[in-house]
Amino acid sequence: MCLAVPGQIQSLVASEEAPTTARVVFGGMTTDVSLAFTPEANVGDYVIVHAGCAIALLDEAEALETLEAFRALGEGMASAEPS
Amino acid sequence: MTTPRDFRQPALVLNLREAMAQRVTRPWTLMEVCGGQTHSILRYGLDRLLPEGVELLHGPGCPVCVTPSEGIDRAIALALEPQIIMTSFGDMLRVRGSTTDLLSTRAEGGDVRALLSPLEALRIAEEHPQKEVVFFAVGFETTAPSTAMAVSEAKRRKIHNFSLLVRHVRVAPAMEALILDPRSRIDGFLAAGHVATVMGTREINDIAHRHQIPIVVTGFEPIDLLGGIYQCLSHLEEGRYGAMNAYRRAVKEEGNLPAQTLMKAVFDVIDLPWRGLGMIPNGGYCLSPAFRDYDAEVRFSWDPQQPDLQSACRSGDVLRGIIKPDLCPAFGTSCTPEHPLGATMVSGEGACAAYFHYRG
Ligand code: SF4
Repeated sequence: MCLAVPGQIQSLVASEEAPTTARVVFGGMTTDVSLAFTPEANVGDYVIVHAGCAIALLDEAEALETLEAFRALGEGMASAEPS
Repeated sequence: MTTPRDFRQPALVLNLREAMAQRVTRPWTLMEVCGGQTHSILRYGLDRLLPEGVELLHGPGCPVCVTPSEGIDRAIALALEPQIIMTSFGDMLRVRGSTTDLLSTRAEGGDVRALLSPLEALRIAEEHPQKEVVFFAVGFETTAPSTAMAVSEAKRRKIHNFSLLVRHVRVAPAMEALILDPRSRIDGFLAAGHVATVMGTREINDIAHRHQIPIVVTGFEPIDLLGGIYQCLSHLEEGRYGAMNAYRRAVKEEGNLPAQTLMKAVFDVIDLPWRGLGMIPNGGYCLSPAFRDYDAEVRFSWDPQQPDLQSACRSGDVLRGIIKPDLCPAFGTSCTPEHPLGATMVSGEGACAAYFHYRG
C-alpha cells in the first residue's frame, strides 16, 4: 500500500471525469495516477504516489543539494585528517 | 534528473558512516517509524553500518499491522452480505480479525476484491449500480488523501451505492504515545517521510518540543536513511531537539496543502485503538458529518463480536520497539509469511516479515 519509490510522469491522460490524471512509470510498470494534489506536476517530473494519487512532487534542486551536502561531508573529513 | 540510484551511492554511504563514527561518543537509541524504512534498513544492512552502541528500534509504521481487528471483523461481516462488494488494499485481505480474514471470506462466497486505490472502488460502483460497493479504508496520512478524494468524488458525481468503512490512523499521536510509554527507550525518531509529504513538519515539531527530543523527517533510500540518522545523532550529541527535515526533495514544511484541505472537509479526528498499541488519543479519522451518508457503519447495521483473541503473537511488543522480531518465540518456527500468526508477519511492510526475508 505504501510505495516508497517515486515514479516518473510519462504523459498526461486527462479525461472529462478525471481532468488531472497522468501515466506514471515505476521501474517497468505503468499506472494511471491522479494529480489532483500535485497540480503543478508535469511530464518528466518524479512524483510520490500512494493509493492512486500523487502526494508529492520531487524537487530536483533540493535533491542535488542533499547529495552535494553529503559529498562535501567527505571532503571536510578528508581535509581534516592529518596528512 | 536525479534518480533513486543516486541516493544509493557507496561513496556517500562511506562519507556518512565515517561522519557518524567521528560524531558519536555514547550509545543512542533511535526509532524509525515507517515500515518502508524498516525494510530499506534491513535490505541494505544499514543498521550494521552504525557506530557501536547506536541502535535502531522498528516502529509501528505498517498500516495494515495496526488496523484494529474489530475493523476487520466488521469488514468481514459486511463482505458476507449478498448485496455488498467489499474492497480494500490487497495486504489488508490477508490480515486476520478476531477469527478469520477477508480472503477466507471470499473463499466462503463473499465478493471481496483487492484494489490499489479507493478510486477503483468508485468505478466498480458505477459498473454495478444494483450492488453496494464498500471500500475498507485503512492506512496513514499517505493513503487518507486518496480516500478523501474518492468519497468527495462520489458525492460530486452522485454515486450513491458507494460507502467507506474508515479505519485511517494518524501517525503523530502514536509517536507521542510511544514516547509516553514508561518502557520507552527512544532518544530520537526518524519520522515517516511520506506521511510528512502530506502533513508537513508542524505536528512533529510540536511533539519534539513537548518531549525535548529530535525528530528527523527521513526518506527511504540508503543515503536518505543514513543522512537522517546522522542528523538525529548530531542533535543528540549536541543536546538539541526539535523537528528537522532530511527529505527536502519530497517534503515541504507546510506539507501538501490541497490534500490537507480535502482531508479537513472529509474527516474528523477521533480516538482510535491501534492494534498492538491500544487506544491512541486522536489516533485516527472518521468521516465528518458532511459525509455521513457515505459511512458504511451508518448505512449497514452490525452486531459487535468478541474482542481480540489472545495468542502467542508478540506483535504489540514488536510495534512498540520493546523486542526485535527474532526474539519472539514463534518467529520463523510456528510463525512464517506462509503461516503468519500476526499482522506484522503478514504485511510486506511488517517488521517480522522484514526480519524473515533479510535475517531469517
Ligand atoms: S514473529 Fe509472528 S508471532 Fe511473533 S510477533 Fe511477529 S507476527 Fe507475531
